Amino acid sequence: MAGTIAIKNGYVYDPLNEINGEIMDIFIKDGKVVTQLSAADMKDVKEIDAKGKTVMPGGVDSHSHVAGAKVNTGRMMRPEDHYKHYQKRTPLTHSGSGYTVPSVYLGGYEYSKMGYTTVFEAAVPPMEARHTHEEMRSTPMLDMGGYLVLGNNWFLMRYLKEGDVDKAAAYIAWMMKTHKTYGIKCVNPGGVENWGWGQNVSALDQANIHFEVTPEDMIKSLSELNEKLGIPMPVHLHANNLGHPGCWEITRDSLKIPKSVKAKPNTDVEWAETKRNAKRHESVYLTHCQFNAFGGTSWRDFESGVKGITDYVNSNDHVVMDSGCVPFGDATVMTGDGPAIHDLYMLTGHKWSNTDVECECGSGVLPFEYLKSNPIHSSQWAMGLEVLLYVKDAWKSIMTTDSPNGGPFTKYPQVIAWLMSNKAREDTFAECHKWAQDRTGLGGETREMTLNEIAILTRANPARTIGMSYRKGTLGVGADGDVAIYNIDPKKLEVNDYESIIRGFENAAYTIKAGEVVSQMGEIVAIPEKNTFYTDIATDADDEKRMLDDVKKWFKYYTLGFDRYPTPEKYLANPTPIQVNAEK
Amino acid sequence: MADVILKPIGNFDLTVEAEVVTPDNFAGKTADEIGKVLVWQGPAEYPLTDFFTVEGNGGSSAEDTTIIVDGEIPRVKRIGQQMTAGKVIIKGSAGMHVGSAMEGGEIIVEGDADSWVGMEMKGGSILIKGNTKDHLGCAYRGSWKGMTGGRITVEGDAVSQVGGGLSGGEIIINGNVKHFCGIRISSGLIVVKGNAFRTVGAEMTGGTIVVGGNIERFTPGFELVDIESDLKFNDIECPGEYNKFTGDYAIPQKGKGTLYVSCDNNECL
Repeated sequence: MAGTIAIKNGYVYDPLNEINGEIMDIFIKDGKVVTQLSAADMKDVKEIDAKGKTVMPGGVDSHSHVAGAKVNTGRMMRPEDHYKHYQKRTPLTHSGSGYTVPSVYLGGYEYSKMGYTTVFEAAVPPMEARHTHEEMRSTPMLDMGGYLVLGNNWFLMRYLKEGDVDKAAAYIAWMMKTHKTYGIKCVNPGGVENWGWGQNVSALDQANIHFEVTPEDMIKSLSELNEKLGIPMPVHLHANNLGHPGCWEITRDSLKIPKSVKAKPNTDVEWAETKRNAKRHESVYLTHCQFNAFGGTSWRDFESGVKGITDYVNSNDHVVMDSGCVPFGDATVMTGDGPAIHDLYMLTGHKWSNTDVECECGSGVLPFEYLKSNPIHSSQWAMGLEVLLYVKDAWKSIMTTDSPNGGPFTKYPQVIAWLMSNKAREDTFAECHKWAQDRTGLGGETREMTLNEIAILTRANPARTIGMSYRKGTLGVGADGDVAIYNIDPKKLEVNDYESIIRGFENAAYTIKAGEVVSQMGEIVAIPEKNTFYTDIATDADDEKRMLDDVKKWFKYYTLGFDRYPTPEKYLANPTPIQVNAEK
Repeated sequence: MADVILKPIGNFDLTVEAEVVTPDNFAGKTADEIGKVLVWQGPAEYPLTDFFTVEGNGGSSAEDTTIIVDGEIPRVKRIGQQMTAGKVIIKGSAGMHVGSAMEGGEIIVEGDADSWVGMEMKGGSILIKGNTKDHLGCAYRGSWKGMTGGRITVEGDAVSQVGGGLSGGEIIINGNVKHFCGIRISSGLIVVKGNAFRTVGAEMTGGTIVVGGNIERFTPGFELVDIESDLKFNDIECPGEYNKFTGDYAIPQKGKGTLYVSCDNNECL
C-alpha cells in the first residue's frame, strides 16, 4: 500500500503536540498521519522498528537558496565548487555535482538524506519566477515554495508614495498568484533601489532616490499589507546595512517597526491536530540574524552585537528569526542585496556577480570561504550560535545557515552538534581565532539544547512560522506523513561525544515522505511526488482592475511583454494553491 | 622496489581517463589484478589491458612501487593523479593532468606533457624533460588556489597560466612561457629562465616570480624597489642582475608580491 506505514517504538519528538521523547507508534495512511491503522491495513503494511531511535516530523527549511537565477549564477560562476564534489547516477537517481551550490537533483537528494522533506526558497525575484519554478520542479524529494522579493518594487514604492494602500494590496495579491509564490520577502528595503544609482541607504528614516520612501515606510507598509491580506507567513525581513560593523542597531530598530501590527493569517485549510497553537502570532520574521548583528564601528573594533537583538526578541513576542549560522569552510554568498555583495567584493577581491532585476529588485553572488584563522569569520561562527542560544524560547528562532551564505545546508548536523554540546563548542574555540572568545559572549554560554529544542528549531517552528504547520512540522493526526528517523538513542545520547550527533543527523536512518520511505541511511530509495505551495489571495475585483490598468501602463519599462510575465501552473510540480482571505 | 611496466597497445581513439594509474592504487596488486583495473573512455569503463600490456607486480606499498609507461601516451589523462608516494616514469609523452592534485612521490615525463600538469598539486615532485602546455601547477577553472606544495621542473617550454593561483611550492621553467604566468599567486616561487610574453604576475598578492629572459609586455601595477644580483632560493640559483618589483597594485588588496626581472634582457624597464 503506497503511503501507508507504521513506525513502532521510536522516541517521538513532536513539539507542536508537546511530545518530548515519548516512546510511541506513528501510523500513516494514504500519506497522512492517522490515529491508528485497522487490522486489515496492518496486515500488509510496511512496519519500521524505530526502537532506540529518534523520530521527528520531516525537516522543514524555511530559508534556503536552492532554486532560481542567482542560485544558478552561483553554479555557473563556480566550476571549482563542482569538480571535487559529485555523485554518479544510479538506476533511480540522477547524477549531480556541487558542494555549496549543488545541482537541483543533488540538492534534493542531500536534503532528503538528512531527513528534510520541505524547503522554501528564500528569494524569488518576480521576473525570475519562471526560472525558479523550473528549478523547483526539477528538485526531487522536497515539497517547496518561494518568497517573492518585494522590498524595492517600483510599483509598490509608487503606490506607497501615493498612499494608495488598496492598490498596493491588490498588487501584492496579484503578484503572488501571477508568480505562484508564497509570501513576502523584503530585502534591504529602499537600499537595493538606491544601488541602481551606486548608492545604498544607511538609516531607517533615509528616503531613497526618486520614490522617496524610507526603509521604515517599506517595513511598516509591507507588514500591514501582509496582515491585511491574511498571508500565512509574516513579512520575511532581510534588514538594511547587512554585513556592516554596527548593523545590529538598525536591525533591532527595524524589528520595532511592526510591533503594533497584529498577525492575522487567514487561510482556508484544514489543520492537523496539535496541542499547541500552530498558528503564528508574529508580524515579522527576521532572516539570517547573524549577518545583521555585527557590533563595533569598524573591522578593527568589530564585535558581536547579537545580544542587543536577542534581548529585544526575548522581551517581545512579535518577532521570530532564523540564525544564519556559519559552520566554517566553503560558502557561496548570494542575496538580493546587491550592494552588500559589492562591499564583499571590495573586501575580498573575489569574482562576483551583480544584477539589476529591472523594476523589481537586484541581486549579487560571490564565492566565500570562512576560515578558522580569520578573526571576523571566527566571530561570525560564534555569533550564529549566540543567536540561537541566547533566545530563551526556542519558538522564537529557527536554525539555518542561510544556505549557502553561511555554509551549505549539508552542515546542519554540525550546527546541531554545536548547539547540543558545550564540548563541541569548546573544541572549536580551541581551533579558531581568539576573537571568537574575546569579541563574542559565546564562551560564557553553557546552554546545551535538547533534542526537543532541536526539533523545534528545525521542523516545528519553521513550519509554524511560515504557516505550514497545518500539514508540516508535526506528527499530529491529519498532518502529512513526513517523518525523519535518526540513529540517535536519546537515553544513551552522550553530548560530549558530539561526533555521534553529527553522524546521527547526517544520514537519517529513514526519511519518510507522505508515508513512503524515500531515503535510508544516506541512500535514496524512492522518488516521491512533490507539491509546490503558493498563496491564492482573494481581493477586491475593482481594486485589482484599477491596479492592473496601472501595471499594464507601466509595463513599458520592462524588457518583456505583459503576456510573458506570469508563470503558468504548468511550471509547477503539483501546484498547491492555499486560499487566503484578505480583509474586506 | 617493484616495477610495473605498462606498454601502450593502442585503442586511444577517444582519450582515456587513467586516474587509477598511481603507485597507491597498484601497490599490493599482481600484474593480473592491475590489468583488470577499470579506466574510463568516453561514456564507458574498460580494463587497463584494453590499452596496455602489464608486466610486473605492484610493491607492498605505494612507496615501493614504480610505474613505468614504456611508450607514447599523449591521449591518456590523469596519470599519477592524487598519488601520495612512489614513482611514475613515462618514457614518452603524456596526456593532460599528469600528477593533478599529487600529494607526494615523484613523476618523470621524458617526452612532452599536455596541459594541467600538477594542477593543484600539494607535494612531491614532477619533472618534464620536454615541453608542456597550459595551466602548469595551476588552480582549476574558477578557483584561486593552485599548487600549494612540491616542485615542478620543466626543461623545455610551458605556455600560458603557469602557476595560476600558486599558494605554495616551486615551479621552475628552463624555457619560455607565454601569457599570465603567475596570475593571482599568493605565495610560493616561480622561476622562468627564458622569456615571457605578457601579464606576468597579474593580480599577484604574494609569492615570488623570477623571469631571467625578456618580458615582451610588462604588467602595469608594479613598482621598482631595488636591484639585486645572483638570486638564490635554497638550491635554486638565478645568476645575473635583477630589477626587483613589488605588486600588483592594480587590485584593491594591494599586492605584496615580488617580481624579479633580468636587467640585461629588459633594458627598456
